[in-house]
Amino acid sequence: MTTTATSEVISLRDITKAFPGVIANDHVSLDIVSGQVHCLLGENGAGKSTLISILAGMQQPDSGTVAFDGKVVDITSPKVAVDYGIGVVHQHSTLVPAFTVLENLMLGESSMLQNTKRAEQRLGELADLLGVEIDPHALASDLGLGQQQQVEIAKAMWKGSRLLVLDEPTSMLTPQAIEHLGESIARVKAQGLAVVLITHKLREAYAMGDCVTILRGGRNVGHIGVEQLAAYSEAEAQDAILAAMFGDDLAAVGDEASDLAGAAEATREVRAIDFDDRPVRLELRDVSSRGLGRDIEADGVTLTVHEGEILGIAGIDGHGQGALSEVVAGQRPVASGTVFFDGEDITKSGVRSRQQLGVRYVTDDRLHEGTVGSMSVALNLVIKRIGQRPFWKSGRIQPKAVDTEADRLIQEYGIRTPSPETRAGTLSGGNIQKILLARELTNGAKLVVVNKPTYGLDLKTVHLVREILIDFAARGGSVLLLSTDLDELIELSHRIEVISRGSLVGGVVNDGVGTAEKVGHYMTGAIEGTD
Amino acid sequence: MSDMLSAAFITVFITTVIAQAMPLMLASVGETIGEQAGVLNLGIEGVMLVGAYAGFVVTLSTGNFWIGMLAGVVGGVVANLAMLVLNVWLGLNQIVIGLAITLIGEGITSVLYLQNYTKSPASLGQAPKLAIPGLGDIPVVGPAIFQQSGIFWVALLIALVLAFALARTNWGLSTRSAGQKPSSLDAAGGSVMRTRSIAVLLGGGLAGLGGAYLSLITTATFSPLLTNGLGFIAIVITMLSRGRIIIVMITSLIYGLAVAIGPALQVIGFTIPADLIKMLPFLIVIVMLILFARSSVVPPALGSAYTRGAR
Ligand SMILES: Nc1ncnc2c1ncn2[C@@H]1O[C@H](COP(=O)(O)OP(=O)(O)OP(=O)(O)O)[C@@H](O)[C@H]1O
Ligand SMILES: [Mg+2]
Repeated sequence: MTTTATSEVISLRDITKAFPGVIANDHVSLDIVSGQVHCLLGENGAGKSTLISILAGMQQPDSGTVAFDGKVVDITSPKVAVDYGIGVVHQHSTLVPAFTVLENLMLGESSMLQNTKRAEQRLGELADLLGVEIDPHALASDLGLGQQQQVEIAKAMWKGSRLLVLDEPTSMLTPQAIEHLGESIARVKAQGLAVVLITHKLREAYAMGDCVTILRGGRNVGHIGVEQLAAYSEAEAQDAILAAMFGDDLAAVGDEASDLAGAAEATREVRAIDFDDRPVRLELRDVSSRGLGRDIEADGVTLTVHEGEILGIAGIDGHGQGALSEVVAGQRPVASGTVFFDGEDITKSGVRSRQQLGVRYVTDDRLHEGTVGSMSVALNLVIKRIGQRPFWKSGRIQPKAVDTEADRLIQEYGIRTPSPETRAGTLSGGNIQKILLARELTNGAKLVVVNKPTYGLDLKTVHLVREILIDFAARGGSVLLLSTDLDELIELSHRIEVISRGSLVGGVVNDGVGTAEKVGHYMTGAIEGTD
Repeated sequence: MSDMLSAAFITVFITTVIAQAMPLMLASVGETIGEQAGVLNLGIEGVMLVGAYAGFVVTLSTGNFWIGMLAGVVGGVVANLAMLVLNVWLGLNQIVIGLAITLIGEGITSVLYLQNYTKSPASLGQAPKLAIPGLGDIPVVGPAIFQQSGIFWVALLIALVLAFALARTNWGLSTRSAGQKPSSLDAAGGSVMRTRSIAVLLGGGLAGLGGAYLSLITTATFSPLLTNGLGFIAIVITMLSRGRIIIVMITSLIYGLAVAIGPALQVIGFTIPADLIKMLPFLIVIVMLILFARSSVVPPALGSAYTRGAR
């Protein structure tokens, strides 16, 4: 594809799409111009992904039109979208884990025989364009998240597209990978393609976007045009976006939202707490895990978490965070070493008995492990308390008690659902995460293990979740926080350990001075060590 | 005893192994393609019977084995239409439909056979042999392998072509993705519906072909419930082979060996209870299951219907 001199406009007009109980898109109109990055922002459940699904042919709008330069097109299937040159990187990965990179890229071609040579050549072109390096013969499941993302982008651009849509591409990436992605997007834009970028991070929208549209409750509630965005300072842009995004609720969020938006570097108020005086809640002594899968195991991990302490675990995704959290939760067997909880050896006890002791685990696999998609939101909220009063009495479920509790949690955590009876699987990504948190943080928790607790959440919910964790610790609870988001770790943790290839490679007390640099130092050391 | 192991004896032994292995291999290849595309067909036993009966009837009336084999394929495809419409198109439960197909296939073929052929049980005689010049003259192996019916070679070729196609063509890629992650295939512009439809029909055709091979060549006749659980063994073999058709072929051969070895031992002079001989193939399957079942992997989307955009 060559750069077109005149820029094309893809216009969406009055797009409306309703699902049972919600209007996901309510007469949304917007213009996407080639050679520009159009950022789409909005709370969880605002309807961003739905709008993208309509562009991708995955959903059909109830009404409204899509037009290229005024010519109305009917995107009846993903195939039609692909043929029109609309490439989409969906919020949830569409790579087939058991396929190689090349197989994933060639998927969907209609000729009988595979032209591997041509495919490798095309991958080479795209890799050059994106400024990345991708091994065509690696299995998709063996790639890190950043690389999977690159493959997805290459796939979206495979047929030489006119529009590239990225639905929350950065939510799982490390800062370096995000920077890299930004560079790739800039190159794609320079090729004359239109780009739509969905993100929850205002800093990214300002840095990468040419214009911004904000959705709220399915409606287009604000647009910042190219000139205007260019004229704004970062702070002004953020204020404008936040005002549109939260409207009247803004007062409730307050100044802290702009902190979260990333206007300021994240810092932690120094709280002079000497944790050595506090009782130890969780202790791991030289613990190694033994799993079945191919992911990295915990390897000789020694750590302690005191009462009221938040211990952050920093590291690149896929370096044993999953194994570590499952070992503590009791979901993964210990190969060697000992786990103590409140001084008691719990190495051999199972998930259930650890739960009774007060150990809670919020997984990062919220779609599969975390929730039962075909069950109602209400049941998902109490599912860990099956058989317990007041939700179950003499073996029978008590719908009233379940509903009362569900209503309370839905309120408290602001879960956006048409009703407590809605199937959990139909909620937007962020709202599914809220169900998990609501369920795990209530009811006698003493230690919570949270793996990427705020990934994919909107600003307000991120703020809420962080407040809840800080509050939980302030009341004597202990938190083991695994995250790839350095800002989050610095904001929440009292101490930060860095994990690499399943082992802890260094720890920093988060006393406010230069923590980021110190953690970064361990992380780069670890990265260089792995290469 | 050593003169018992004469050339003629070994020739018969090898021929038996092949004759027993081929129907299972064809059916398992068909089942593999269906499962790789995400459709578990428990109806394969019934489909094989339909193919076996159709092939038998047509060969009997035309006298042509090739047309008979073709009739087996058509019979299998028709029998699998139920799976196509009810599961792939309408999204009903695969297990229920599969069991129904098995029961119906067993019932219909038995009733039809008993109505039409009991008075004069018919044998088909031997399919015409195709002696391959040169190779066919090699002692022992020549008559056993290189004087098979042409149908054997065609069946072998079909299996090998499909082994290649499943692993190395875009058709194979689409098929496998429909079983791994149908949403990916859909998002990439492929059609889950079409891919699965083709796989189900192909699977039906191959199971029917396997059935016809059984009735036309292996046994040279039809009798009610002729397959005797072969379809279910095909399902086991498919699951153990992890979608690799070459392994399907090898395990089918092992099954053929298990069937042939009992009678052979008897001929040599071992006294083995007849029951044990009949059980041997099943015992082998059970042993294979115990040894390898832990490492069997089925496609993640096996058994689940796909609806675009559903959450
Ligand atoms: N297939 C579906 N079936 C039923 N409801 C759906 C479906 N898809 C989306 N919804 C509903 O439509 C609304 C918008 O969802 P959508 O996924 O578009 O939100 P989003 O803006 O992408 O949120 P997030 O930031 O959490 O990803 C939500 O209330 C969701 O529950
Ligand atoms: Mg979304």
